[in-house]
Amino acid sequence: MTAPLKDITPAERARSTSFYEASARTRLELLLDAGSFVEFIGPEQREVSPHLKIFDLPEQFDDGIVVGHGRLDGSPVFVAAQEGRFMGGAFGEVHGAKLTGLLRAARRISSIPVLILFDTGGVRLQEANAGELAIAEIMRAVMEARSAGAKVIGLIGGRSGCYGGGGLIAGCCSALIVSEPGRIAVSGPEVIETNRGIEEFDSRDRALVWRTMGGKHRRLLGAADVFADDNVQDFREAALELLGLLGPFGLDRLKAEQRRLADRLRSFGDCGDAVDIWTAEGIAHAEAVPELPADQFIALANRIGRTSRDAR
Amino acid sequence: MTLDNILASLFPDGHEVRNDKGVILGSATLRSGGRMLVLGVADRTALGVDEAIRLSGHVLESIDRDSGPILVLVDSDSQRMSKRDEMLGLNEFLAHLAKVLIHADMNGRPTIGLLYGHSAAGALLATGLATRVLVGLPGADPAVMDLPSMAKVTKLSMEALQEKAKSTPVFAPGLSNLAQMGAVHMTWSNATSLADPLEALLAGLPAVQDRRDALGKERGGRLKATEIAERVHDLALQAR
Repeated sequence: MTAPLKDITPAERARSTSFYEASARTRLELLLDAGSFVEFIGPEQREVSPHLKIFDLPEQFDDGIVVGHGRLDGSPVFVAAQEGRFMGGAFGEVHGAKLTGLLRAARRISSIPVLILFDTGGVRLQEANAGELAIAEIMRAVMEARSAGAKVIGLIGGRSGCYGGGGLIAGCCSALIVSEPGRIAVSGPEVIETNRGIEEFDSRDRALVWRTMGGKHRRLLGAADVFADDNVQDFREAALELLGLLGPFGLDRLKAEQRRLADRLRSFGDCGDAVDIWTAEGIAHAEAVPELPADQFIALANRIGRTSRDAR
Repeated sequence: MTLDNILASLFPDGHEVRNDKGVILGSATLRSGGRMLVLGVADRTALGVDEAIRLSGHVLESIDRDSGPILVLVDSDSQRMSKRDEMLGLNEFLAHLAKVLIHADMNGRPTIGLLYGHSAAGALLATGLATRVLVGLPGADPAVMDLPSMAKVTKLSMEALQEKAKSTPVFAPGLSNLAQMGAVHMTWSNATSLADPLEALLAGLPAVQDRRDALGKERGGRLKATEIAERVHDLALQAR
């Protein structure tokens, strides 16, 4: 017999809720302390994109992103969550400006960290110039906030992954948490195939997509610091863990990142496939990595995977 | 204008800038006597992991050694679209280049971008759009995405898109559209010496603060961005 709904604790609900399947609002509700979330410019204010009507496309009252303030284990955090089900979570003018404003506030109050729940295909093409520029402004604002002492953590595990300019913003964060379905890249599989041909990248080969851009590869490569199982509670616990570990940003980080990335190119630049990289990293049966359950993968990654801590 | 002509016009007192397979690295003498670090992408080269790591390394090596402003020249393709680049983490390499440029700009090494050819998408974000002041030269043709690809995604005809592009700068490619959004601060004429506007810009650099959203509003290209960002900012400050 299942327990009545009211007896389920928030943590149990978060544990049983797939991050991948959940909406942006559900992710925030379950990520933060119960009842602590306060939204800035919520859907009731109907701040929609001024550009979608040019294309006769439906608007959404929050323009596909939820930003606000809440608490994590009692401590204040700023949060932003993209809704991958609205226009692929893509960045438009209003969508991007909400995140820019939040990060500019974090620069002023640098004791409050920022959690960005990415779920995006990149720039919203119907407002491509505004979206591209919004991403540039967000990258700048992330670096200004980090330089002032704020921690900015990216959480990646949504339907739309973290593509295009979203991948570049993720690269600016203090640390990343990624789950298996979370994909991080600049060009998406279809874009590579369209531009370079199916010989370069077969976008319908899902196994190829996961092992080239997916969360396990990003964790083993050291591109993401923590691998989370696909539930909201795991992301919450990973965020809490990282907030306790992250140190201040400075030039030394960029120098360390230069060494980290140059070393990656030297070590793996000639590899033809992610499986070759994992083998080169010392994984005995690398071809089995995609099938490993989360707990076994995390143990493997903690033993063998590289880290970008203090080097990003 | 070719890269050689642009460099000669910018730096009549000489430069040591070389173009190695589309990667521009070097430094130059300013008319005021100071030095300027120079880097960038030439010949419409795609910006991949191998190019990006050299560019970021060039800036980082200069940070402890030199002083003075930094020039980023841009005539690139988009980011390199390949399995290898994405597998190796292209997003990190492009972000790293942008971060290095932003950090330099915030710490006494003002950055100027000079868009003299093409650029697009992630390559523009990691270069020109990561500088304090982005200047366009006549003939530059940046595009977040080209119209034929956009027609495919939006399922609209090229004719319909071209018609819409006349009334809004928000999606269509081109230097003037990006300028109206606030992304390109100014366009220089290439009829005269480029050293004059460069020296004038360096003598009167805007503050390090990112005002591109306000610029986009003044120019009528982005009417909502600055207001939305300010409102969220103010609400966040009240929320603590």
